Amino acid sequence: MTKILVVAEHAGGKLNPATAKCVACASAISGAEIDVVVLAADASAVADQAAKLQGVKKVLKVENAANAEPLAAVLAPQIAAAAANYTHVFGPSTTFGKDLMPRVAALLGVGQLSDIMAADSAYTFRRPIYAGNAIITVEAAKDKKVVATVRVASFQAVGEGGSAAVEAAAVNAEIPTHTRFVTRSAAATGRPDLQTAARVVSGGRAVGSADNFKIIYGLADKLGAGVGASRAAVDAGYAPNDLQVGQTGKIIAPELYVAVGISGAIQHLTGIKDARTIVAINKDAEAPIFEVADVGLVGDLFTVIPELEKALG
Amino acid sequence: MSKILVGLKRVVDYNVRVRVKPDGTGVVTEGVKMSINPFDEIALEEALRIKEKGGATEVIVASIGPADTQQQLRTGLAMGADRAILVQSDAPVEPLAAAKAFLKLIEKEGPQIVLLGKQGIDDDNNQTGQMLAALWNRPQATFASKVELDSGRAKVTREVDAGLETIEVDLPAVITTDLRLNEPRYVKLPDIMKAKKKPLDTLPIAELGIDAGSQFKTLKYEAPAGRSKGVMVKDVGELVAVLKQKGLI
Ligand SMILES: Cc1cc2nc3c(=O)[nH]c(=O)nc-3n(C[C@H](O)[C@H](O)[C@H](O)COP(=O)(O)OP(=O)(O)OC[C@H]3O[C@@H](n4cnc5c(N)ncnc54)[C@H](O)[C@@H]3O)c2cc1C
Repeated sequence: MTKILVVAEHAGGKLNPATAKCVACASAISGAEIDVVVLAADASAVADQAAKLQGVKKVLKVENAANAEPLAAVLAPQIAAAAANYTHVFGPSTTFGKDLMPRVAALLGVGQLSDIMAADSAYTFRRPIYAGNAIITVEAAKDKKVVATVRVASFQAVGEGGSAAVEAAAVNAEIPTHTRFVTRSAAATGRPDLQTAARVVSGGRAVGSADNFKIIYGLADKLGAGVGASRAAVDAGYAPNDLQVGQTGKIIAPELYVAVGISGAIQHLTGIKDARTIVAINKDAEAPIFEVADVGLVGDLFTVIPELEKALG
Repeated sequence: MSKILVGLKRVVDYNVRVRVKPDGTGVVTEGVKMSINPFDEIALEEALRIKEKGGATEVIVASIGPADTQQQLRTGLAMGADRAILVQSDAPVEPLAAAKAFLKLIEKEGPQIVLLGKQGIDDDNNQTGQMLAALWNRPQATFASKVELDSGRAKVTREVDAGLETIEVDLPAVITTDLRLNEPRYVKLPDIMKAKKKPLDTLPIAELGIDAGSQFKTLKYEAPAGRSKGVMVKDVGELVAVLKQKGLI
């Protein structure tokens, strides 16, 4: 019997959409029983949201004042304890899940699969390696727990309308005090979240300065889009780190991706492979971004973008 | 004596466009340039800077890999590491086994800080540091973009999806590096000569007494689904027309 425990990601009392995608991945395994675990100081609101996800049987609340911030060292022993009766433990391949799940796996004495993009069976998965230049099919040993992170861009969130039971779970785990949360600085932009936005406009090194990045924000606002950036643009300080798209930034799958002044390095492309339509604006007709773009326009961004904004009305 | 242990992995250079072998049994690595994993180079640079500021007395680079990994360890020594350890394993090891091997080195060397790259750009796993911290029962500070040391503690700024997060960890601890932590130094020719005289110990992984067995078997390798060739438009007017036609605006 396949029993999958999905670790919920949440912040500010809201369930992160990545969780519904992990549930979608778990639902692809036939006959699987799926539970969600919510760790928080007060887990009620998030647990109620998780209980609505289609396919979830039970939601476990693990409440502890120490769980107020998602510190991997604090959460991992509790998850490992809660996972005792499960065959699989899934978390999202976000910075939250990537930080946490390997620690959970090691505490359980097993390995971990990263970024699963398809579950062919309970023990056979596909995942990208080499920045997505190869996709491997991996078979996990059946006598060990499967701990994995789910590549959220590969799955459509399950719908709502479920009504899973919510239970408080008592876990017996020693919680360390060697790791303490200090601060988190998140720029509240009012723009759609990069990871879930249907449209994204990204700027690259060519944008030239933090001030010039206004051009990218302007176009994004016209389109109701989220904003992204290449690593070069982030390294140069034109855009904050949480906007980086790519192998080591965010992997996204918007309906529309507009790459402005981005050359199209493999490490960037791996972040946008699942975008439905890629539009590239670059002044170099030979730029590799045009090899993957659905629509390409050779031109100077400083003239093209204002024209485009005007045309959009 | 306060030591820093740095992990260096030998990987296909980041500039190489990796291709899957036609028979699906692996990726082409014959004749391909190999380098230190870029994140590990950043880890080593950070360790060297800490030592230069008086925060450590010795920097040890260690790798788990085939005999040829000596090349990358020599480069690490040329960058400024004091000595190197190669845990030789001709078969690839999974991150859990790598973490177990590092733990053995920790037990022997007693470092205050273990610095690893956040992920290897070959398998893109992003696991070893977290697993090591779990097995060692010590803190982890992953995806670091800033590290500040202060009497037995480290304040680490981490790159997370929401922005930047700062945590404080007691030492010893495992820190994994993100790209913006620093820019690694270039190796100079005299340093390469000097590095030849620095100690590089090799020990077979079997001697560590760990279970280095694997849980996962790769059944096949495939090239990713390609994207079909798109259209080029000549001006903004055409661009808008195509986007409208696709129902995107
Ligand atoms: C380990 C590792 C991980 C990495 N991870 C990532 C990652 O996650 N994400 C990422 O993006 N990169 C990543 N990179 C970096 C990547 O290799 C590239 O260096 C980076 O993506 C380049 O950014 P860019 O396209 O903005 O800059 P460039 O490559 O410099 O491209 C700028 C482009 O702008 C065009 N241009 C210039 N002026 C104009 C103009 N006026 N109008 C229009 N076009 C113009 C140029 O023709 C050029 O194509 C990683 C690298 C390494 C080694």
